[in-house]
Amino acid sequence: MTAAPVETGLKGSAERDRLARARLLRSLLPALSLVLVLLAIAWLNPRAISYFGFSLMLNLAIPIALATIAQMFVIAGNELDLSIGTFVGFVGCVTATWLKDAPLVGILILLGSIGVYALLGALIHLRNLPSIVVTLGMSFVWQGLAILILPKPGGKAPDWLLSLMAFKPPFIPFPIIAALLIAAVVYFGLMRTSYGVILRGSGGNAAALSRAGWSLLKTKIILFALAGLFGVLSGMALIGITTSADANIGNGYTLLSIAGVILGGGEFVGGRVSPIGAVIGALTLALAASPLLTFMHIPPDWQVAANGAILIIVLAARVLISRRER
Amino acid sequence: MASLRLLLAKPWIWSFIGALLVWLATIAFTGGYGGGGMITAALSLAVFTVIVGVGQMFVITLGPGNVDLSLPANIGLASAVAMKVMDGNDAMIAVGLLAAVACGMAVGAANYLLIWALRIPPIIATLSASFIIQSIDISYGRGLQIKPPPGFASFTNWQILGIPILAILTVLFTIGAAIALQRMIYGRSVLAIGQNIRAAWFAGINVGRIRFLTYTLSGALGGLDGALLAGYFRGANVDIGNEYLLASIAVVVIGGTSVAGGKANVPGVWGAALFLVLLLTMLNTFGVSAGVRLLLTGLIIVGVITAAGGQKALR
Repeated sequence: MTAAPVETGLKGSAERDRLARARLLRSLLPALSLVLVLLAIAWLNPRAISYFGFSLMLNLAIPIALATIAQMFVIAGNELDLSIGTFVGFVGCVTATWLKDAPLVGILILLGSIGVYALLGALIHLRNLPSIVVTLGMSFVWQGLAILILPKPGGKAPDWLLSLMAFKPPFIPFPIIAALLIAAVVYFGLMRTSYGVILRGSGGNAAALSRAGWSLLKTKIILFALAGLFGVLSGMALIGITTSADANIGNGYTLLSIAGVILGGGEFVGGRVSPIGAVIGALTLALAASPLLTFMHIPPDWQVAANGAILIIVLAARVLISRRER
Repeated sequence: MASLRLLLAKPWIWSFIGALLVWLATIAFTGGYGGGGMITAALSLAVFTVIVGVGQMFVITLGPGNVDLSLPANIGLASAVAMKVMDGNDAMIAVGLLAAVACGMAVGAANYLLIWALRIPPIIATLSASFIIQSIDISYGRGLQIKPPPGFASFTNWQILGIPILAILTVLFTIGAAIALQRMIYGRSVLAIGQNIRAAWFAGINVGRIRFLTYTLSGALGGLDGALLAGYFRGANVDIGNEYLLASIAVVVIGGTSVAGGKANVPGVWGAALFLVLLLTMLNTFGVSAGVRLLLTGLIIVGVITAAGGQKALR
């Protein structure tokens, strides 16, 4: 009678070790895929691994990472934002016109658009609406507004934004510092603060949270407002790099941001997301999509396919690891 | 009175009322001019939304998380395949249509393969697949200048008494889809899976097979739509299917199908498709700019969804 529990206890600890190993491997998967892509680039073109090379290759990684973080907040609450791409485009158009010519109006418009995001969160929660349909509809709204603001490509980024994005710190390229900073700030806010736990909990077990007395309306509003905030940052960063805007400039970001969150180890349901993983996922996509393909002499036609292929490969690897977890 | 109340209780009636109101608003604006022509045009355009909408409806009915995001890429690729196979030759129309449908079925089957093998949510599976399909299409359809065979192009425009032949055929197809949904084992299985996938499995439904069939069906309809669009718009195009992502999901939801799955509505797809097309026609008639048109389309879709209310999130 006494031997049995000891035996299962032993077995249990071995089991736990195996589980812990699988989980560690799983959490390292995003970083591993980034390292793999970097190794491939280094092997194909060693000169790219330099201060200048990284500044160039990771140029567009900052806006992609910010858009991915925006999407991550929405996914943390078990929703999906299909409008983030056109929203980034809308913000870009505002940045290149109002924010430069009439900064105060520009700031008010951008704050207002974050308010619209917060309202969407409230609407989705109160009316129990499918976020996919609501945000698909909103994607038309943002695109329409962007075209109204800037019917033809043009405009110009404010000078302070241009100089910020052209900042050249010593030794480490700016995109890498920015990525580290974004990851650290969001990691601390969402994973290490007590309200961050509540926010993730709203995606994990909404019923339990609301029984414990937390307002689900408030968590949804905050998650969507944060998505709006990071969408605004993404649009501004993008215009700081491209210097002028175009109403369609952000359209690809919707799919990229979803792919980035999933690549970074985020789960679609259950509030399981990872800010550091999301930033790594965005960097992987930014590197794999164009520099890697260029070095491999693959025509740009296949850029989009490369994103899809990476997504499928990483997900397949995850399935293999999860099988061991069982 | 009783029959009227019964009619108003149907979820699909509202989309038809919406379509009627939009039509009335437009002919009030034009002073009654062009009302008939507008219906003809709306019917011929709504057909394309209805075909993919029915496919999307079956997928969404499978339950939370099921949605086919690969339709636009699928439509684009199939339009290129159809035009290449037909090669402007009337004798090859049937072969081209079959090729487009086969191409769509392959896309649908690949979607399900990803869902099944990687055990990932369908949204991510169809999204990754659409990335790859899009690239194949860009590479395959580059600079494709083939016009559709004259017979095929005129077929997509044929009318009897102002009613497009294609619309009549699509009505027959949707009646078939409604029968399949409500009266056949396949449709009942889809509904059962959408209501409770575990219960459906315990009841002996081959869940994997039904889901596979549904994604393949959605892919096949996307392929067919691509071929027809290429005929109607006189040529294939990578972006030809872009608007059908929103349209296919919107018509399903506006038409009264439950986004939580397990409850589908075929007539509503027609009403919602007519509503969307007439809405665009109305905004064009009012002469608004592209920006305002997009803005109002988006606002009206969000407004209609809000008014209709959802039962549960799509995931």
